[in-house]
Amino acid sequence: MDTPMDLRFTAAHEAFRAEARSWLADHVPPPRSLPSLDTAEGFEAHRAWEQTMFDDRWSVVSWPEAFGGRGVGILEWLIFEEEYWRAEAPLRVSQNGVFLLAPTMFEFGTPAQQERYLPAMASAREIWCQGWSEPDAGSDLAGIRSRAVRASGDDGWLLTGQKTWASRGAFAEWCFGLFRTDPEAERHRGLTYFLVDMGAPGVTVRPIPQLDGETGFAELFFEEVFVPDDQVLGGVGQGWSVAMATAGSERGLSLRSPARYSEAARRLVALYTDKLAEDPVRASRTADAVAQAWMDAEAYRLNTLWTATRVLDGGSVGPEASANKIHWSETDLAIHRAALALLGPEAEWHGSGVDAPWLDGYLFALAGPIYAGTNEIQRNVVAERMLGLPRA
Amino acid sequence: MHFAFSEQQTEFRDAVRQVLTKECTTDHLRAAFEHPAARGPRWTTLTELGVVPLTVPETHGGLGLGLVDLVLLLEEAGRVALPEPLLETTALAAPLLAALDGAGAGDGAGPGALEAIAAGRVTAAVAPTSVAPTSKAQATVAGADGADLLVLTTGTEADGDLELHLVDATTVTVDPVSSLDPTRRLGIPRWTPTPATRVATGPAAARAMAGTADRAATATAAELLGLTERMITMAAEYARERQQFGKPIGSFQAVKHLLAGAQVRLEFARPVVYGAAWAIDQGTPDASRAASVAKAYASDAATEAARVSLQVHGAIGYTWECDLQLILKRAWALAEAWGSAADHRALVLDSLVTRS
Repeated sequence: MDTPMDLRFTAAHEAFRAEARSWLADHVPPPRSLPSLDTAEGFEAHRAWEQTMFDDRWSVVSWPEAFGGRGVGILEWLIFEEEYWRAEAPLRVSQNGVFLLAPTMFEFGTPAQQERYLPAMASAREIWCQGWSEPDAGSDLAGIRSRAVRASGDDGWLLTGQKTWASRGAFAEWCFGLFRTDPEAERHRGLTYFLVDMGAPGVTVRPIPQLDGETGFAELFFEEVFVPDDQVLGGVGQGWSVAMATAGSERGLSLRSPARYSEAARRLVALYTDKLAEDPVRASRTADAVAQAWMDAEAYRLNTLWTATRVLDGGSVGPEASANKIHWSETDLAIHRAALALLGPEAEWHGSGVDAPWLDGYLFALAGPIYAGTNEIQRNVVAERMLGLPRA
Repeated sequence: MHFAFSEQQTEFRDAVRQVLTKECTTDHLRAAFEHPAARGPRWTTLTELGVVPLTVPETHGGLGLGLVDLVLLLEEAGRVALPEPLLETTALAAPLLAALDGAGAGDGAGPGALEAIAAGRVTAAVAPTSVAPTSKAQATVAGADGADLLVLTTGTEADGDLELHLVDATTVTVDPVSSLDPTRRLGIPRWTPTPATRVATGPAAARAMAGTADRAATATAAELLGLTERMITMAAEYARERQQFGKPIGSFQAVKHLLAGAQVRLEFARPVVYGAAWAIDQGTPDASRAASVAKAYASDAATEAARVSLQVHGAIGYTWECDLQLILKRAWALAEAWGSAADHRALVLDSLVTRS
């Protein structure tokens, strides 16, 4: 069937939107009223919020109903996200699990694993962190040295090594990570994807204060940590390809929905409008940057709908995921930089009693071009896989 | 929600690409630089393929299709830097005349003109939409030199005396204005408005020109997409072949990142342009803003791709002999035509502030 282009949502989509909007209006706590999720207190407050969402099946709308979702498609997920950000709802403390691990578990997990881990993830009873980067394996992720050897009872593995920059690592219950199971194998080969209980003997967590002063990530030390065989995700030695499936969803469509930026861009225009009355000179000097940032968010929204349609029509997201990651991370920066320029001398105000969402947002945005594969690595992917340039 | 082209649209695009790849090579472009002309054998081919008559209503011998159908073909025109006035004739003049004809505002010149366009007998040029008649820039009309029909304006919307005229080229003297890209055939028309040439006045004229501004921004943006892809492709090809330090320069990260940056801009400009075409066809309330986002995005993507592709080519790219220059010049011209990126960013922000 030859479907014509149409950028309108259907009546069924709009009904879904109305339902989500109404639920959020009744349940979302006042904007920025929860303590930061990178504090012990805030972590629990955010966990409680996820539980509230889960109770009414809003925490993982696109998952099958059996695991706590609503079994809806990608367009409904995008609509839910639009409403979520519009309602200024809290950041998702469970996002590493929900958006990074879950897609991999749906693809590679056994039915028993899915049953064991997914509902607990959806309700935030168990919160996950990611154990990929190591002190000597950052952008060069294939340089992972943390290793796993067979346990003496031959019923599992003993993990030893060090992981770092694990977001939510300070408080998380579980960790998913890559460990080298074949010491003879080179680079991408010989890695295995493990699910590790952070409470297991031999795990040590050392929180790392970030430049904003909070402990958003942590170093994880593993000293002969026993992990049973049923906590291997995908095949032994298949870790790289299993992990890259997660990377595809992280950089592709699921980690950063366009709504987040559309909403920030809308608030940026509101800030600009206020400044236009208050300080028209500063506003006019920032106008071009405000317009560009708004357009960047709009371009991301349209590009996501374009890609979602391709996926729904049976296509896939390939190296475009890398272009995507570059765009959203730079969009986030552009929005917040423009806001700080509008605020001028107020931009640096921070600390006790000062609510500084633009400055906090800017600090968060600055991490964007670094995490989930630096933008330099993404540019290599774009150049090599979209433009056919030779590898170094 | 189905944000994609139909199979029919992409098949048509593929067919047009195949023809233009053969019939609009860089050798053809060099010949066109020497002897710029509005019509030639290629125009006949494009008419027979159904490209030229695409937007002319079926009642006047055309296909009666919209901008969504046309943008992919404009992209192909951009890819080969087509020297003929497809944008001016099919994207601008035909819909404008059709709208006036449909509204009963024409005086009879419209229908005949539409049939002549559909048959490939005439090409058109359209005056810039934001009128400041004292400036030479605003008096200069792209494609005027050699066009058969000109859509020209007198007065201004602000003064309430805006008029639209459809003028036969035989009654106009065009003072050529030279362009870096000679196929732009810029010129300042000297002509005398008469009641017989007048096709719209007052609000109807203002509406027609506002619609033309949105179409022009979006259609130009579509051509810029094609030009951008071509520049990136040429530079990537060169970077794969050219060896320095014993390896292809494309293996160096400094070169990769230049081209990857340009490619990312192109990837994100595309849906913006396609979405604007859809909004214009549907007449959505934000169509005008969508057109401005499209032009701003595509202009910046093209300007960046031009800079990067020249840089990647190095000194050879700076020569007359290198084909890249043929593409660069069109990209530079169109990036500023029908509103620069900065012009359109200002329009976008105005519309957002007014609405909020």
